[in-house]
Amino acid sequence: MSTLALAARDSRTMLRRNMRRWVRYPAMTVQLIGIPVIFLLMFAYVFGETLGAGLGGPSGDRADYINYLVPGIILMTVSASVQGTAISVAMDMHEGIIARFRTMAISRGAVLTGHVIGSFLQTLVGLVIVTGVAFLIGFRTNGNVAEWIAAIGLICLFSIALTWLAVAMGLKAKSVETASNLPTLLVLLPFLGSGFVPTDSLPAGMSWFAEYQPFSPVIETVRGLLLGTEIGTNAVLALAWTAAIGLFGYVWALRLFRRPPVR
Amino acid sequence: MTLDRPAAIAATGLRKAYGEQTVLDGIDLTVAEGTVFSLLGPNGAGKTTTVQILSTLIQADGGSISVAGHDLAADADGVRGAIGVTGQFSAVDNLLTGEENLLLMADLHHLDRHEGRRRTAELLERFDLTDAAAKAPSMYSGGMRRKLDLAMTLMGDPKVIFLDEPTTGLDPRTRRTMWEAIRELVAGGVTIFLTTQYLEEADELADRIALLDHGKIVAEGTSDELKRLIPGGHLRLQFDDPAELDQAARTFAGSTRDDAALALQIPSDGDVHSLRAVLDHLDVASIEVASLTVHTPDLDDVFLALTGRPAEAAEEAAGETAEKETVR
Repeated sequence: MSTLALAARDSRTMLRRNMRRWVRYPAMTVQLIGIPVIFLLMFAYVFGETLGAGLGGPSGDRADYINYLVPGIILMTVSASVQGTAISVAMDMHEGIIARFRTMAISRGAVLTGHVIGSFLQTLVGLVIVTGVAFLIGFRTNGNVAEWIAAIGLICLFSIALTWLAVAMGLKAKSVETASNLPTLLVLLPFLGSGFVPTDSLPAGMSWFAEYQPFSPVIETVRGLLLGTEIGTNAVLALAWTAAIGLFGYVWALRLFRRPPVR
Repeated sequence: MTLDRPAAIAATGLRKAYGEQTVLDGIDLTVAEGTVFSLLGPNGAGKTTTVQILSTLIQADGGSISVAGHDLAADADGVRGAIGVTGQFSAVDNLLTGEENLLLMADLHHLDRHEGRRRTAELLERFDLTDAAAKAPSMYSGGMRRKLDLAMTLMGDPKVIFLDEPTTGLDPRTRRTMWEAIRELVAGGVTIFLTTQYLEEADELADRIALLDHGKIVAEGTSDELKRLIPGGHLRLQFDDPAELDQAARTFAGSTRDDAALALQIPSDGDVHSLRAVLDHLDVASIEVASLTVHTPDLDDVFLALTGRPAEAAEEAAGETAEKETVR
């Protein structure tokens, strides 16, 4: 077999291992998908009326706010999911089996590739569930097929980029307990952006940060594609951020993985 | 018996430092194919670091290494393809079952499906884990985990196996089982690099032993060679009558008497020649001896003599291996 075929085979083996681990330890998956669902329902039904009125949309009610909210919740689903990635990578690194993998003649990157693909599939499951709930509570889109495909494509790319970053964070963590600390910032970013309220409604300093941080252009682009709001430069910014985060996460993760084991 | 075989592991001038702290200070190792080599030393001597370097986990700061005929710096993957590693911390996946762990190894060794299943069943059987195959290792006892760990290592048919303190923390019975497994491997032509802090374990298993202390090899040889390195061998004569003791003490110059125990110690390396000489002297002087014992130094004595302090393992294992005496 060629090197590439071997790498693909080892990655598949590792992916199978990760999927099996998700199945054996479902509590984390349930929790990670539960968080965005709870936030969706809470913001829609607890704050939805008031926030909808504040938006100044066509009818200015809860239905308007749900539409505004969903793209932010979708991104939150992605960041909650990669939090799980960081935890499972850290668990792996502290379990000793990674040391065994390192002493075997298997493709070096397979361990990480297995994690990234496994996490990505898990994120997709989360996205389907969260979007389904969103439709159930009244999310309505006017995007056409091409716009939907573009939105899904962007979300997928952004997920993969964030997953690589989370893998690096998991590798960097000193213990399993602290592995979720850094990625928690990722879960908070939709709040400090255009996920829940328009950035120009935020205080001056925060508004500037909210406007330019990576989640906002992605959220704005998805919102534009699905709801017909203006996209402007956000699409380019979103792709640039995705590429930058993905590249940084990938290089950082590989660097950390080559480092000697923790023990 | 082992010198004419080709080397499975050859390392020269191995160095490793973490910041200011030197862990390995230029050690040389040669392990002949199909033999057991034991690196013996207390905690923190550098044993695990040595294994980590030889098994490609970490890089040495200096030195040249060849394992199973592959140069480690140039062909790490060649080395990885020929070795297996089982450490003191088990490297099993706790969320997979025992069987799935073995199948994972089969997949990573690129065995086909049928062969992987066959080898898995065989290894489960060999290590008495068939009944526990469908359970997760988190339900296993320490000994079972260690056996699963070793079984996973064997999936790839390694030529050289590194065992880093394979029996630390195991009960004596499971330790014996591990020793049996190790002996079987050697009988099958595998080379074993064993680190241990148990002197008894090195004595039992190893063809050659190197004593590692503070990152340096302070002695190397067979168990017997090492024991001969140090003084401390003596004959102990036990008497029933103080008068006999008096007479014997006068007969043997250089002896030490123990009046309370009615015993006399005569320095001796324990060989038959000097033993006969002592017996002849006793005969000629018509001294009645109640009993005679030969004391040969054990590895504990060697460690103490060479490092100036007892091996930590010796304290741990106290009571288990008190003093070795051979009554003749």
